[in-house]
Amino acid sequence: MLLIRCPYCEEERPELEFRNAGEAHIARSANMAGESDDDFEKFFFIRSNPKGIIYERWRHMHGCARFFNAVRDTVSDRFLLTYKAGEPKPAKLPGASK
Amino acid sequence: MIAAFRIPGAGRLRQAETASFSFDGHSYAGVEGDTLASALLANGVHLIGRSFKYHRPRGFLSAGAEEPNALVEIKRDSARKTPNVRATVQELYDGLAAQSQNRWPSLSFDVSALGDIASPLLSAGFYYKTFMWPKSAWKNFYEPKIRAAAGLGVAPDQADPDHYSARFAHCDVLVLGGGAAGIAAALAAAETGVRVILVDEQAEFGGSLHFESGAKIDRQDGFAWAQSAVAKLKTMDNVRVLSRTTAFGYYAQNFVGLVERVSDHLQNPGRDLPRERLWQVRAKRVVLATGAIERHMVFADNDRPGIMLASAARTYLNHYGVTVGRNVGVYTANDSAYAAAIDLKKAGVGVAAIVDLRDNPTGPVIEEARALGIEVNFGRAVIRAGGKLRVSSMTVQPKNGGGERTIPVDAILMSAGWTPSVHLFSQSRGKVAFNDETKRFVPGAYAQDCVSVGACNGTDGLSATIDEAYAAGAKAAKDVGANAKGNKPKVDASENWSRGMLGAAPGAGADTTVKAFVDFQNDVTAKDIRQAVHEGMRSIEHVKRFTTNGMATDQGKTSNMHGLAIAAETLGKPIPQVGLTTFRAPYTPVTFGSIVGHARGPLFDPTRKTAIHPWAERQGAVFEDVGQWKRAWYFPKAGEDMHAAVDRECVTVRKTAGLFDASTLGKIEVVGPDAAKFMELLYTNPWEKLEPGRCRYGIMLREDGFIYDDGVVGRLAPDRFHVTTTTGGAPRVMNHMEDYLQTEFPHLNVWLTSITEQWAVIAVQGPKSRDIIAPLVEGIDMSDEALPHMSVREGRICGVPTRLFRMSFTGERGFEVNVPADYGQAVWEALWAEGQKHGACAYGTEAMHVLRAEKGYIIVGQDTDGTVTPNDAGLDWAVGKKKTDFVGIRGMVRPDLVANGRKQLVGLKTKDPKVVLEEGAQIVGDSKQAIPMTMIGHVTSSYWSENCGRSIALALVAGGRDRMGETLYVPMPNATIEVEVTGMVFFDEKGERLNG
Ligand SMILES: [Zn+2]
Repeated sequence: MLLIRCPYCEEERPELEFRNAGEAHIARSANMAGESDDDFEKFFFIRSNPKGIIYERWRHMHGCARFFNAVRDTVSDRFLLTYKAGEPKPAKLPGASK
Repeated sequence: MIAAFRIPGAGRLRQAETASFSFDGHSYAGVEGDTLASALLANGVHLIGRSFKYHRPRGFLSAGAEEPNALVEIKRDSARKTPNVRATVQELYDGLAAQSQNRWPSLSFDVSALGDIASPLLSAGFYYKTFMWPKSAWKNFYEPKIRAAAGLGVAPDQADPDHYSARFAHCDVLVLGGGAAGIAAALAAAETGVRVILVDEQAEFGGSLHFESGAKIDRQDGFAWAQSAVAKLKTMDNVRVLSRTTAFGYYAQNFVGLVERVSDHLQNPGRDLPRERLWQVRAKRVVLATGAIERHMVFADNDRPGIMLASAARTYLNHYGVTVGRNVGVYTANDSAYAAAIDLKKAGVGVAAIVDLRDNPTGPVIEEARALGIEVNFGRAVIRAGGKLRVSSMTVQPKNGGGERTIPVDAILMSAGWTPSVHLFSQSRGKVAFNDETKRFVPGAYAQDCVSVGACNGTDGLSATIDEAYAAGAKAAKDVGANAKGNKPKVDASENWSRGMLGAAPGAGADTTVKAFVDFQNDVTAKDIRQAVHEGMRSIEHVKRFTTNGMATDQGKTSNMHGLAIAAETLGKPIPQVGLTTFRAPYTPVTFGSIVGHARGPLFDPTRKTAIHPWAERQGAVFEDVGQWKRAWYFPKAGEDMHAAVDRECVTVRKTAGLFDASTLGKIEVVGPDAAKFMELLYTNPWEKLEPGRCRYGIMLREDGFIYDDGVVGRLAPDRFHVTTTTGGAPRVMNHMEDYLQTEFPHLNVWLTSITEQWAVIAVQGPKSRDIIAPLVEGIDMSDEALPHMSVREGRICGVPTRLFRMSFTGERGFEVNVPADYGQAVWEALWAEGQKHGACAYGTEAMHVLRAEKGYIIVGQDTDGTVTPNDAGLDWAVGKKKTDFVGIRGMVRPDLVANGRKQLVGLKTKDPKVVLEEGAQIVGDSKQAIPMTMIGHVTSSYWSENCGRSIALALVAGGRDRMGETLYVPMPNATIEVEVTGMVFFDEKGERLNG
């Protein structure tokens, strides 16, 4: 069971309190109705599924209930960083394996 | 009387026989502190089981958790039968009853041992090769036969009456393994004051100090030192000491699973005691002190009962006071077996000879053996063991060939060296490294905050072990912020062992008739491994699966390294290039009970009951499970079956009125200055212009354009919406709303609150509904003008606050009375009393389903399945045409979702009105077509409608709305049913009854 740091509670808490919410930094268009089929496909269906660093969303479901972003290494399952929803992708990652 | 093979004065147990036990129906005597294995050996019993594949007679290989052979069934009563218990770890209690497994009709005469003779047919890969033809025979014939013949134990056939508990724990330093290394590490850490947990799988701490008679620490015998050190640790408030506890799994971020065997060793465990306790420990630092496991020698017939690891024989002698024979032989490639010969000789046991594969070993143990008059042979191999149910001789030959000599023995003690137990290290995702000099895999790169000490780290010698372990314990404490200040234990005397060998010794032979076992539990021989390589397996992972080496319940604790070495030799490659298989949890088998814990029966999943549940129960309602909810399904009167009750309820609602408990509906309050804007984005419908006091049926889509949920929404004030969701959908709708609010529309000033459990909901439906409610309501004008269909008012009912909705899920004049849940039952009873005056009934979910289907109202999740758009469901009217954005607006118009021929919701009427279709039944256009037919849809809802006097159904049918009046077919096993496509409304098509 992983330990995950909630950036709102500012505490490491056990994975049981959290729920994964898919890949992060996929912005919903401000002009959704005007999106092309291709753009909609990219937005809704295409996910990176990397081996290594993934940016993903989590929700502190059984805690503060906030959604936030996390950087995780899918090989080691190690969380490198968590940050609040709406904040940009971090420029630098601590201790990234690649 | 002392059992025949117990040596007076030897060992640490008080030798007064206090326990009687039985094995295969024979009674024996044992002493307190025995394991089942030591007690049987004390009585001269070596034959304990039959092997898995060849049904060969087997004895005890070890004295510990690595035991591959001695698996028995322990039976306390008819429900408490545990198969595959290792006799070497099962502690004896008075009255213990054990049975051998995997034999018929008896242990000493087993018919299936013929498999041994027919074994050329059963060699490596036989499952894959022999039984694959004809294909159908695998499932029907071979597999069941093989399973029956090959079974290890028999699973219990009754529910487990024991209970199992679970605990979470946190500590600074978790020490896994309570031998000399683990105890030293725990002492160092504990003395600094940090929180320490020390764990060992055995009943008593000490690990190899159980048998190492040459160890002296702090001027005490090694084992006695271990007991006093642990006794000291137990007195410390910052230390938890767990014996009989196995660390079975090492997971991410120093999360370790332990299982504590609380009562398996007790004669009459109190009912308050759990059988086992699962510990889930999160540690800042972990010290791995898991020791090493001795390997056997691989030679022909090395599995005969009486042939065992040298350290096991020492443990039986030095701890349990039992000799494993009267005239033992020793076969070794390593010094440690000499110590066994010396200990036994000193105890008065005959040692026929030591056979050492090494050419010119030197050292104190060799000198001591010679001085005791033991015959020592160098550069020789045991090429064969004699005997069947018990070893009777060993045949010795110079290792490069030459004359054979057969020496009578009644036991052979063997040692090929020691394998560091890197299982937990490997589970922690650390990478092992091969030490070419010592031929051992030892911990290499670490992946977590842990450290290995002692034998599991490849550290030889007691002094070096204690130095390393004590330093590691102190450092772990320092890493978490404490400073060491204790006294390191001082080693006064120790035993030192050299290395050993890997793989098959001479005598394991390429000879096709020789069985030199590598893996005892899965009956894998050296020949099998060679054959796997010859048949093309190159990676150790393939060799393992082809031969099943290391795949039994012991996970190859004694066999993996030998198997790997033989494969490497056959491939002509160095060992590290062939690789080591991955170690996976659990280290030793874990019961399902300990993992399930209390989460069984009624505690498996929470049960949710509404405020009105007790009333429904008193009325004799039959309940159905809807998610975690118990919902009243129907209310049968005396003599009524389900159909009669449902028919009566449906008719009564439309004739007078009915009361329905709708409390389980999901309810969410959407509040804030931007509440309407938020609703516009989350639902397809327009909301900005909905006046306070009015309601609207809302549809929620996912971004892909498919229907996600629906429900009636009331606007209580410009900034306040009372949203209802489906019963099952409440949590995910709330999650969906929060997700968009927090991450996509954070600029909106809105608060979301789940209010499902705050409000009890009583639906009152039917022509008399207003007459029933009105007398109890204060402050709300109930006239049609003031409170029209689809409106909501706040006021009081029975003196308590209410949100009174005028709405209908039946097509009748109807209301849904929301009251604070604590008053739910009282208000229900008041409404029920009023209802009785008008002949109203209580109705359940089944009647609710029928009544809504009569009106063509859909149920999301029944009439839709996650691939249905609003248009497919005939709900285009609920999509705001002028809206520029809402979740699903783009997905909904993807090319395939607006194409012709999509499945659309329609009504179906069977040509024979008495026939009720089956929900889920497939629909075809032409019943005469060849099989497999082209299916054009399926039935989503189907009921007998007493109000319509016929059956009714809803269905998803390709191009359904263009097929009105068409005849379609529903092929069923017994007959093909003709149906006509109709509209979805079967009753009161004009909707006049909403105001009736
Ligand atoms: Zn939080």
